[in-house]
Amino acid sequence: MPRLNDYPAYQVLRDPAKCTNCRACEVQCANGVHRFSEKTGAMVADEDKCVNCHRCVAFCPTRALRIERNEPAFRSNANWSSDQILNIYRQADTGGVLLSSMGNPGGGKVYFDHILLNASQVTNPSIDPLREPMETRTHLGKKPNRIERDENGDIRPNLTPGLTLSTPILFSAMSYGSISLNAHKALAEAAQALGTYYNTGEGGLHKDFYEYGEHTIVQVASGRFGVHKGYLNAGAAIEIKMGQGAKPGIGGHLPGSKIVGDVSRTRMIPEGSDAISPAPHHDIYSIEDLRQLIDSLKSATGGKKPILVKIAAVHNIAAIASGIARSGADIITIDGYRGGTGAAPTCIRDNVGIPIELALAAVDTRLREEGIRGEVSLIASGSIRSSADVVKAIALGADAVSIGTAALLALGCHLCRSCQTGNCNWGIATQRPELTKRLDPAAGAQRLIHLITAWTHEIKEMMGGMGINSIEALCGNRLMLRGLGLNETELSVLGIKHAGQ
Amino acid sequence: MLLDANTLPFDRLGQALNEAKEDVIVKNCCGQRYLADGLSSGHVQIYGTPGNALGAYLDGGEVTVFGNVQEAVGDTMNAGRIVVHGIAGDALGYAMRGGSIFVRDSAGYRAGIHMKAYADKQPLIVIGGRAGSFLGEYQAGGVILVLGRGFEGGPVVNHFCGVGMHGGAIYLRTNCPPVVGDQLLLRQAEATDMRLIERPVADYCALFDVACESLAGVPFWVITPNTANPYKQLYTFC
Repeated sequence: MPRLNDYPAYQVLRDPAKCTNCRACEVQCANGVHRFSEKTGAMVADEDKCVNCHRCVAFCPTRALRIERNEPAFRSNANWSSDQILNIYRQADTGGVLLSSMGNPGGGKVYFDHILLNASQVTNPSIDPLREPMETRTHLGKKPNRIERDENGDIRPNLTPGLTLSTPILFSAMSYGSISLNAHKALAEAAQALGTYYNTGEGGLHKDFYEYGEHTIVQVASGRFGVHKGYLNAGAAIEIKMGQGAKPGIGGHLPGSKIVGDVSRTRMIPEGSDAISPAPHHDIYSIEDLRQLIDSLKSATGGKKPILVKIAAVHNIAAIASGIARSGADIITIDGYRGGTGAAPTCIRDNVGIPIELALAAVDTRLREEGIRGEVSLIASGSIRSSADVVKAIALGADAVSIGTAALLALGCHLCRSCQTGNCNWGIATQRPELTKRLDPAAGAQRLIHLITAWTHEIKEMMGGMGINSIEALCGNRLMLRGLGLNETELSVLGIKHAGQ
Repeated sequence: MLLDANTLPFDRLGQALNEAKEDVIVKNCCGQRYLADGLSSGHVQIYGTPGNALGAYLDGGEVTVFGNVQEAVGDTMNAGRIVVHGIAGDALGYAMRGGSIFVRDSAGYRAGIHMKAYADKQPLIVIGGRAGSFLGEYQAGGVILVLGRGFEGGPVVNHFCGVGMHGGAIYLRTNCPPVVGDQLLLRQAEATDMRLIERPVADYCALFDVACESLAGVPFWVITPNTANPYKQLYTFC
């Protein structure tokens, strides 16, 4: 029996009239697709190895290369897609669990694309952000319910520690190990230049990056890799990772083969040792237990660091968030089911969890109903693709958003979804030195700064159109939203009216 | 410096300890949480029963408790020593990376879970009595030693000992070794193993004034990961 999944997924199309046999493609491809044939005197391609990352296309000086999807010509079937069929073949061939990278690519409804924004006409005039003040500065953390005064009548400062962002966009948690040191450095430098924050993920903080501490959120996950007192005090805030949108209920596992050199030193585990973070924290079985971890972290850091709790958007998200808001957490990060990952079982990534738009609206509504919305700020992620998604998420109830995939795209990622191979030709999801050096941290940081600066301009344009001059006045302002092509239940969960109403 | 826990608001004792610049003796401790969290030097002696998360993120120094301790003692501890003249609750030494914890009597569930070692950091937990279920679950490094004092007639660990373990070693002094899964190796300790735990056993005996000879006559067992048969999941990329 032949292996049935032996269809090359892509065709490498090379225009012989343009190809000069310069072999740039061969140099650039870590997967070994391209090689020069002495026999024919021309470049040939081993298409089986191609992951469609477009590195060769980008580097071909004569534009001789094109990659096309090699759609297997199975008899058409609306139920059994070629992907479904090929997955059956893969599993029958190997007996393996299907593993995927990056976010769910499925065609389920993207609610952001069914939500429209408002703009002022005639009354309540719109604002020109180029010529009038427009505030995107965002404060994350607890907001006191009342003003307290001392015996002299002066206001008593009762704000607890929080985070201040110049624009309501953070970089999502991605560990050093899952992405390269240069990718981390680009994120850290960009966060510093932009006045926002990047997030270490659960891989510890590299010794060279303590200098970016004021713009760093350090993460504590169940495996506690690289967590020690110095680490906890190095960042501006501490995030407890309870879940991730791409794989709710599934833990992290960086295989021993990737625990080398600085990754080993930063995680503080021996080279070659598996880094396993199970889904549960085995000391947290209740909101009371979560409060205990929050309080112990606050105790070890002198109460100076706000604590974030990151959870995946799952069915009972509103009740869960309500519990977390009462646990002493300052900020909740909610990660939707389209959020990215370095690797996750496909069955989990594509089937577990709910969209961020619905989760966010449900949580904001619940916290408001219970009168505890001021107890926490909300960060929405998974997946935010544009400035319009940012504005819609904030109007649905987020205080800020965080971006992972979008940030990696800015760094050159082509969403080939092959992170798990460790052969990232763009130097992002790899630890191979000859590949990581392809990503220049300074150039990468500049691209991230470009992206966030452009989005911030666009956010101001959209706010100005709505007649809003402060991002905090947009938070939870669902009157600025209308649904298009949504049924009554969807509109009710989102808390918005249909277009025309 | 002497602190009387009765004279401080319940949630202020931890802060008072953190602010102390010298060795501290705490009297009348009764459930106050987060004591000595992140402590990096000095000696804290506690009389009574401290609450959860004693010595979390401990980074040096020493904590001695004359009494029992509750849950999550030494969570993510990096260095230093915790000595308990009594019993310990659940999740003792969760993910500890360095330093040592000595418990005179027994410990609850999930002691030493996620314990890991790195370079010169070799964490150690010594439990004088018996341990609850999930001892050393996901253990990745370091040494857990259960002496089973007073439990010579029966098991000294409960269910699922060492489940998910992929590094380090668990030593049990017992006449009734547990049944372990295919991913673990259980064998009786040999002379070379005994030499490795000589020092911790001697330290335990000295700390709690126990005659070392009283431990004789009961065999020690060693549990390590079975590197020939690791936990693995077969994957196929799509």
